[in-house]
Amino acid sequence: MAMLSFEKKYRVRGGTLIGGDLFDFWVGPFYVGFFGITTIFFAALGTALLLYGAALGPTWNPWTINIAPPDISYGLGFAPLKEGGIWQIVTICAIGAFCSWALRMVEISRKLGMGFHVPVAFSFAILAYVTLVVIRPVLMGAWGHGFPYGIFSHLDWVSNVGYQYLHFHYNPAHMLAVTFFFTNCLALALHGSLILSAVNPQKGQDVRFPEHEDTFFRDFIGYSIGTLGIHRLGLFLAVSAAFWSAVCIVISGPFWTLGWPEWWNWWLELPIWYWR
Amino acid sequence: MRRNEDDLKAQFRDNVIVAGSVLTVMGALVVGTWLLFIRTPVEVDQLGYRGVAMEQVEFADDKLTKVAMNVAPEEVYELEPDDGSEERAGEIYENVQVLGHLSDENFTRFMAQITEWVSPEAGCGYCHNNADGEVENYASDNNYAKVVSRRMIQMTMDINANYDAHVNSIAAEGTEATATRVAQDDSIAGVNCYTCHRGKNVPEYLWFKDAETEAEALDKPFMGARNGQNLAVEANGYTDLNVDPFSAYILRDEPARVVYDKPIGDDNESLIMRTEHTYSFMIHMSKALGVNCAYCHNTRAFTDWSQSPAQRTTAWYGIQMSRHLNAKYLDPLQPVYPEHRLGEIGDAPKANCATCHQGNYKPLNGADMLSAYPSLAAPGPADQQDPALSPEEVEAKLNAN
Repeated sequence: MAMLSFEKKYRVRGGTLIGGDLFDFWVGPFYVGFFGITTIFFAALGTALLLYGAALGPTWNPWTINIAPPDISYGLGFAPLKEGGIWQIVTICAIGAFCSWALRMVEISRKLGMGFHVPVAFSFAILAYVTLVVIRPVLMGAWGHGFPYGIFSHLDWVSNVGYQYLHFHYNPAHMLAVTFFFTNCLALALHGSLILSAVNPQKGQDVRFPEHEDTFFRDFIGYSIGTLGIHRLGLFLAVSAAFWSAVCIVISGPFWTLGWPEWWNWWLELPIWYWR
Repeated sequence: MRRNEDDLKAQFRDNVIVAGSVLTVMGALVVGTWLLFIRTPVEVDQLGYRGVAMEQVEFADDKLTKVAMNVAPEEVYELEPDDGSEERAGEIYENVQVLGHLSDENFTRFMAQITEWVSPEAGCGYCHNNADGEVENYASDNNYAKVVSRRMIQMTMDINANYDAHVNSIAAEGTEATATRVAQDDSIAGVNCYTCHRGKNVPEYLWFKDAETEAEALDKPFMGARNGQNLAVEANGYTDLNVDPFSAYILRDEPARVVYDKPIGDDNESLIMRTEHTYSFMIHMSKALGVNCAYCHNTRAFTDWSQSPAQRTTAWYGIQMSRHLNAKYLDPLQPVYPEHRLGEIGDAPKANCATCHQGNYKPLNGADMLSAYPSLAAPGPADQQDPALSPEEVEAKLNAN
């Protein structure tokens, strides 16, 4: 792998959480570390199990391969490998790999004396996944509530879970999550285009600086959030989208079993409608 | 430009404090929410292959309450053996139009049993006291409730005789794990008066046409027109869908299917509005049966019968049955009712899924409502019934006697 001449000087020793100097080395451009090893271990084992599960299944069509969780009747116990056990071990591997990945980020941040913003942000993605396959299933009393690993099959799961509550768009946390996802699009489009408009000029034109960017937005909407602020906003929007996604699914089942439309009856029942 | 170790440690400590605070606040929020909304654990019936989430989800305490509220009553009067040698009720009593084929004992027993089911407080007089104040004239039709009751007995016989596919079809119990377990068995459920009445003169769950929808159907300017929707009511599950999900499907015979089965490019006649009508009716079915969409559908392909559980077939017969009952029995009774029994626009009370089901996918927890009451299993032989006369003709005949 090609490496730029100045890259080496950033290879800072130390900062590991586990393993001391043992795994404190690089392979090509990649830092390894203890958590690099565990990431590879879990990812490889999980992938191998997925392939094993696929081999047991009726198809190699990548769209329809399905590694399903156990029947609800197994509750929170272990299921035989071929009846959901593979899904259970794959889930352990996935959580192991994701957490290792986050902790590897922490080690790299420590090496460089940086904040932990990146691993913290990534943790929200892990939280959303863990909510789906651990927290909610535990609250509902069976691993079978996790989603199946398969392209089509997980879509079936999404559809059926949505219709368990008649109309999922009435789920207030789903509303928030969807709003955050779309707002992410808006913010990222505005930010990306603003930066390009300033620092990627036509040939022969000058690069513009943050003063121009700020001024553009002050002219445009009367306010500029600023160079640091836009990234705080971006992190907030992205993390909120993942967080409210997790909330919208964890409340569906453990805390609410009826249709989501009628959850809003508290609004219809507010006394304000009778004031004339 | 590497920072010294102290700086690094200080920054690390700050980061830990900030991250710790954030996590503590979020944790407190989650635990607080949990404590605020804590419920009994959910009970789940798996209906499809593992992992596809075709499940019925219900809080354990809600389920217990529902079961307790839907217990079928004990038989109060026993059925008497009848070898057909005794005199028939139609020969003994005047004006017995639908139960004339019963023995005297079983006729009386059945009348007493109906009283338990429908008018335990008002007693026989609910039907047999005349409008003009005459008390307990059993032959007279001078009480709308008696005329309605007779029609309801005929309706019940019709259901038990001809809608086996709906009322005796026992679908998911929700214990085993495969889709095959919903295969129908031979259990008898059937219906009797109590299935809807539950000890009340008038069943609790009935429907009337929506006055505003009917008015708008005639003429309404664009501004302010609700177009029959945008009003959260129980019938539409408190959504913005139709206020009257019923008229189209279980009074008139409009198709609920809106999925287009032709290639794109042909004229698709299924409007979004029709889709919403179907959705509102489906939401009614769901609320009436206390189930979610996945009870009858794999929602990945709502329309595909081959991917649907057997319950959907039972429900389809239920739609046909409800339409038949409303069109043949309930709606035509309109002229018989006094004004206070009619709806806002003067239509007769009509039945929907909730009328019998009352929040259960099997009314009265699937109890056998028929075996002990064979009088309701089918219409009796026509030659053993008194002729069907109008109430006025009956009065004239009785007065002549």
